[in-house]
Amino acid sequence: MVEKRREWTLNAVLAIALFAVPLAALWLDEPFYITLATRVAILALAGVGLNIALGLGGMVSFGHAAYFGIGGYVAGILAHHAFSGQPLFLGLSGSNQMLVIWAVAMAISALAALVIGALSLRTSGIFFIMITLAFAQMIFYFALSWPAYGGEDGLPIFLRNQFPGLNTMRGWEMFVLSYAVLMLALALFAMLRGARFGAALMAIRQNPARAAAVGISPFGIKLTAFVISGMITGLAGAMMAELTRFVSPAMMTWQMSGELIVIIILGGVGRLFGPVAGAGILVAFEVLFGGLTEHWQFFLGLVLLGVVLFARGGLIGLLAGRERHG
Amino acid sequence: MADPVLRLEGVSKSFAALRAVQDVSLSLAPGEIHALIGPNGAGKSTLMALVSGALAPDAGRIVFRGQDVTRLSVAQRARMGLGRSFQVSSLIPEYSARRNVMLALQARQGHSWRFFHPVSRDRSLMDPAREILRRVGLSGRASVPSAELSHGERRLLEIALALALQPAAFLLDEPMAGMGTEGTRQLTGFLDGLRAEAPILLVEHDMDAVFALADRISVLAGGRVIASGTVAEIRADADVRRAYLGEEEGA
Repeated sequence: MVEKRREWTLNAVLAIALFAVPLAALWLDEPFYITLATRVAILALAGVGLNIALGLGGMVSFGHAAYFGIGGYVAGILAHHAFSGQPLFLGLSGSNQMLVIWAVAMAISALAALVIGALSLRTSGIFFIMITLAFAQMIFYFALSWPAYGGEDGLPIFLRNQFPGLNTMRGWEMFVLSYAVLMLALALFAMLRGARFGAALMAIRQNPARAAAVGISPFGIKLTAFVISGMITGLAGAMMAELTRFVSPAMMTWQMSGELIVIIILGGVGRLFGPVAGAGILVAFEVLFGGLTEHWQFFLGLVLLGVVLFARGGLIGLLAGRERHG
Repeated sequence: MADPVLRLEGVSKSFAALRAVQDVSLSLAPGEIHALIGPNGAGKSTLMALVSGALAPDAGRIVFRGQDVTRLSVAQRARMGLGRSFQVSSLIPEYSARRNVMLALQARQGHSWRFFHPVSRDRSLMDPAREILRRVGLSGRASVPSAELSHGERRLLEIALALALQPAAFLLDEPMAGMGTEGTRQLTGFLDGLRAEAPILLVEHDMDAVFALADRISVLAGGRVIASGTVAEIRADADVRRAYLGEEEGA
């Protein structure tokens, strides 16, 4: 119980900090930090998606950049057509409404995750890691060689898309939107984890033979989790494209997939606020050491090494102790 | 005799050149405890894996509750009402004893497709879980993660998980393993009462427990059933003495 209360406190501190930093920046008129906090929120959102597959389900997907990129490209392509006025296909037009874009991004990411998951989940261990990587590389090279939407040069979003009641061109409002979506995703994660679905999923991760012996077929549960996971990471991709107003194949590189895994490991695998802590650490390192040296990832690597060797539970595990399922 | 709940017909399984189980036929009738004994390497574990669905036989068929289940998965057979315990305790390590039982209950209730309602406030899981833990004597340890339970407690939790499935047949793989004298005595008493709920196919090394519990005994040696009968018949059987009991007394 003590651990549980400590984790709640820690989660509250993280949630408040992520909101307070850009609020202070707004007050001090430092828009750079607002953008930074928005980046943390969106990367954390992508991490929440991966955390469902990796943290709850034990599925080490080394290809989640695919969904991140698909989400980004949906935003870019829909905005591109809305801007140019050319129909997309079959007479469908583009859209500059975030809600529409998000729905399409989530639907297409979910579909991709369904196909990739259905094929990949027949394997496990290192083979699962490799096959998810292979699918992501396929999609990456497809985006790279698709001239209609910029190929390797990527695709700019000239005007940030719209959200009812907000001026998304204002950094602060874009942050509040991203923050709200992150909180909703965290609430969804917490609900899934506490429900029967989560109980089955986490049991399959720990002991698939036992789960089967009580009558739970692993495949359907894992595939469902994988689809939800890809869908949330896809949504994050669409929002990242909005923030940077640019999509390119770089969103789909295997380095991006690795970065998402690093976020989860740094924060705490399977922990509710693990992705928030992890994304915060990642972006903080980028800013602190990125100014000093181009090789800032060296320092990140050292920290990652330390976490893997000495603090398996990541930051959350280090501060709040091990998770208990009473 | 009533129709058997579980029936094996000419079941065989080989691993490369090793014929682990050869042409085994046996049945489990309602209300009985059918014990399966035999020396190490006799094929007991393979046979249990065939019945549970972890392995598919090369030949023969397995009929459970009147239905051919030979090609069904472990999970499908479990949902039909086959409640098994593992030889080496196989639990969900991070889950408390209570959560382990609740997992079996949710599977028994038919679906894990509930995404929002928290299990920790689900009375249809919490209440029966409490009752089952009380029955096996683990009430005081309900919130301890199963990885932190003692060996004996883990054995009892194995039984609790099988109970939670309200099975049509129990498949118990050495439930007494490592239980100690007192633990074995208590568990023997418990299993004795359990046969009224559902018949038990029991693999067990503890001969005192087997002779105390079994309505029928089948002796497995070299992958074949070399004898099958009541306790008295098996005790008297010359082949069995040579293949198994004799060895043990001589050792």
